[in-house]
Amino acid sequence: MMLAAVMAAAVLVAVAALLALVRVERGPSMLDRAVALDTLTVTLVCAIAIEAIWSRRTETIPILVALSMVGFVGSVTMARFAGKEPEDEGRVRTPEEVAAQARAADVPRGEQRDGVRAIDAEDDAESAGGAQR
Amino acid sequence: MTHVDPGLWTTIADTVAAVFLLAGAFLTLGAGVGLLRFPSLLARMHTVTKPQVLGLILLLTALALRVRSWSAVGMLVLVVAFQLVTSPVAAHMVGRAGFRTGKVDPDDLRPNEFGEPD
Repeated sequence: MMLAAVMAAAVLVAVAALLALVRVERGPSMLDRAVALDTLTVTLVCAIAIEAIWSRRTETIPILVALSMVGFVGSVTMARFAGKEPEDEGRVRTPEEVAAQARAADVPRGEQRDGVRAIDAEDDAESAGGAQR
Repeated sequence: MTHVDPGLWTTIADTVAAVFLLAGAFLTLGAGVGLLRFPSLLARMHTVTKPQVLGLILLLTALALRVRSWSAVGMLVLVVAFQLVTSPVAAHMVGRAGFRTGKVDPDDLRPNEFGEPD
């Protein structure tokens, strides 16, 4: 009987963690993610508790105390530093968008890098000359 | 008083623990479902504070009934007390930050004691 109850509870908690993870991915704002991560931490506490229930062990209980503190500190810190976010920013971008943005940002950076490299080359030539002298 | 088999109390405690375990896991699942399906930040915050804390309390009660040692029960009470103290604080911080950064629809608040958002 205990095995069935533990298995069922583990499945329920795992599904809850999965749903929280989906909310972390979707957002849309940082605070939604903070709230979802709080839930994720508590489902982790529940999972460890279920394991302790199954094996009747007490040595994992201090982990529960520590984890319940971590979840609180995390969400409060994120709430403290939450700012106004632009409408579209909270979304996770698709790989195509990331690649397009990287391409767009790469052109000027490439020029800059070439310029830096040219200056470096001059420096190298100077220092080489200095060494010869 | 008739003699009671000590194994009987173990069985009873384990049965009650199994019931609490299932109830707690179900409430945790409820928190997850609400987190995914509720439409606004404040509604999601509700699932993170209420069903989740009650689910955790039930699960830890099940654990206490299962291990039946006072030192473990002391630490579990500490976890529950910490959840009960911190979850309103965290919810308040998140709600206020959400209001100030324009993530809360002012029409949801009645009465709106914060005034208009900046």
